[in-house]
Amino acid sequence: MSSEAKTLFDKIWDAHVVEHVEAGPDVLYIDRHLIHEVTSPVAFGGLERRGLKVFRPENTIATPDHNVPTEGQEQPIKELLSRKQVDTLTANCQKHNINLYGLNHPFHGIVHVIGPELGITQPGMTIVCGDSHTSTHGAFGSIAFGIGTSEVEMVFASQCILQPKPKKMRVNVDGELHKGVTAKDIALYIISQISTSGGTGHFIEYTGSAIRSLSMEGRMTLCNMSIESGARGGMIAPDEVTFEYIKGREFAPKGEEWEKELARWKSLKSDDDAVFDSEYNFDAADISPMITYGTNPGMGVGVDGNIPTGDDMGKSDRFTFNKSLEYMGFHPGDQMMGKEVDYVFIGSCTNGRIEDFRAFTQFVKGKKKADNITAWLVPGSHQVEDQIRKEGLVEILEEAGFELRQPGCSACLAMNEDKIPEGKYAVSTSNRNFEGRQGPGARTMLASPIMAAAAAVTGRVTDPREFL
Amino acid sequence: MPIDKFVKFRSPAVPLPIENVDTDQIIPARFLKAVERKGFGDNLFRDWRYKKDNTPNPDFVLNQSRYSGKILVAGKNFGSGSSREHAAWSIYDYGFRVVVSSFFADIFKNNALNNGLLPVVVSPEYLEKLFETIEANPEAEFEVNLEEQTFTNLETGETTDYEINAYKKKCLLNGYDDIDFLVTLKDKVAKFEESLR
Repeated sequence: MSSEAKTLFDKIWDAHVVEHVEAGPDVLYIDRHLIHEVTSPVAFGGLERRGLKVFRPENTIATPDHNVPTEGQEQPIKELLSRKQVDTLTANCQKHNINLYGLNHPFHGIVHVIGPELGITQPGMTIVCGDSHTSTHGAFGSIAFGIGTSEVEMVFASQCILQPKPKKMRVNVDGELHKGVTAKDIALYIISQISTSGGTGHFIEYTGSAIRSLSMEGRMTLCNMSIESGARGGMIAPDEVTFEYIKGREFAPKGEEWEKELARWKSLKSDDDAVFDSEYNFDAADISPMITYGTNPGMGVGVDGNIPTGDDMGKSDRFTFNKSLEYMGFHPGDQMMGKEVDYVFIGSCTNGRIEDFRAFTQFVKGKKKADNITAWLVPGSHQVEDQIRKEGLVEILEEAGFELRQPGCSACLAMNEDKIPEGKYAVSTSNRNFEGRQGPGARTMLASPIMAAAAAVTGRVTDPREFL
Repeated sequence: MPIDKFVKFRSPAVPLPIENVDTDQIIPARFLKAVERKGFGDNLFRDWRYKKDNTPNPDFVLNQSRYSGKILVAGKNFGSGSSREHAAWSIYDYGFRVVVSSFFADIFKNNALNNGLLPVVVSPEYLEKLFETIEANPEAEFEVNLEEQTFTNLETGETTDYEINAYKKKCLLNGYDDIDFLVTLKDKVAKFEESLR
């Protein structure tokens, strides 16, 4: 084993260290800083109190996404606190010369959807944002992770962040995925196996034939959910699928620059004998379409499975398990199939991209939305919305009884008006099923877009494979 | 924002023996709409602390007068989920200076340290005993000594060590702030950028 062997993570991290603090964290240079309305205002305020300017505004990209309404975006935001946050972002961006894609801008959308679709996200970069799902961008072979507001202020002030280097984990998934099993199911399966703290202290690299077989959008879904295992981020070495996706996008390198970057990107991979601090191996054939039954993303089972009985749990695990099921109104050992559903949410930085809407639309085509279902279909960005219209998906959706809303984070975290009412059940393509996440008292079951489609047309938890 | 210097103290503790306390429980997203950092303590653990009619929930520990103090003792995997620093702000603003658990989520831990809130990691066994001590005597006191990196259960006399990054320890003890340090590196950063081209 060569001592020189490095993981992909090491290579990118080490190439971005400006200085190593003795017995402390690294000063890590940040290539791209994405900001939004919720976690930036206090950082801008801090910067101003110090009399500082944003050091590299050209490497900073802003968009309001977390609390924007998903209807009537052409009008002023009705909710005053939300409006103030969005207006504050606009004012701060003007003052500091930061590129802002505001509401109604053709490039507006969820920050983790627009970064990749505009070609801002590129292999080998370091990317941060005051949002834990920044891990999404790791799908391109970049180091991308969520940060707090103090750290947002650090990046504003110096384009650097003080950060201890995490450990490295490899999660390898080999084999062929069954029909009806998507990237979302891989993510929920992994978290159900390693728990929501299994990745803590680590940065994941996903490898294996099942990972390679995923489209760029599938890879984004998987890397997006890395944080739900506790990991700071997840990454996938770039390959032809990656390069093909980036080529020609708005901010992608062009001409000679493209050739130069492409050559560099092709070298971005872990050395064969690189050592990881921990490794997991999974067989793609073991993965079923997944659904969660509890109040953290690790509490998931195959849709044809049952909620655990909890009999083999220790005292404190059992207490947490019972509390969770009580909140959900479920019982130990219940089967998931057939459970009543009230709401279906398609969207978020996890599953709000064009492929997700294609999959949902294809599934509901020629069928009808169940009467008991309220469905919110929220595109991840303006470009996704435009594409949905361009491909004629809206007509199919409307025929089946579904309406399209305008882009934003929406019911994923229910900061805007899109709140699942208390006690109601939602099958959601988002990333978190925490208590109250989708509205006070809301009960969330996380799943893929096709599982959500199956629930939308049957009105209950249904195995999508029955229709495929 | 410069942080308060961390000084050794003794205090009773508030027990929260729940695992995986996520950031949406610490402060729900609907309370993140402020553009200034103030008053977040009012909404700490909002949906556990208040009933639907906004009256205090007597079953929740923050509403039980027998518990008080600057130390929050919580079950494993505390602070999982979102990167919202509002979680650390709300705990600090409420009056806590230390959170003790057997396991913290990464981003929460960083956010806490950046705000003068000390996360103390103890063994699952030590944590279990802490809960027992507090349950037996809610007025039991504990000593937090950052200089020595020790936490002492004064009721039982049991002391435990905890890890903290040496740099962060210095920041907390002296009230240093990372940004003051980072801006001194600007020339170096500019040179680094040159080397990338």
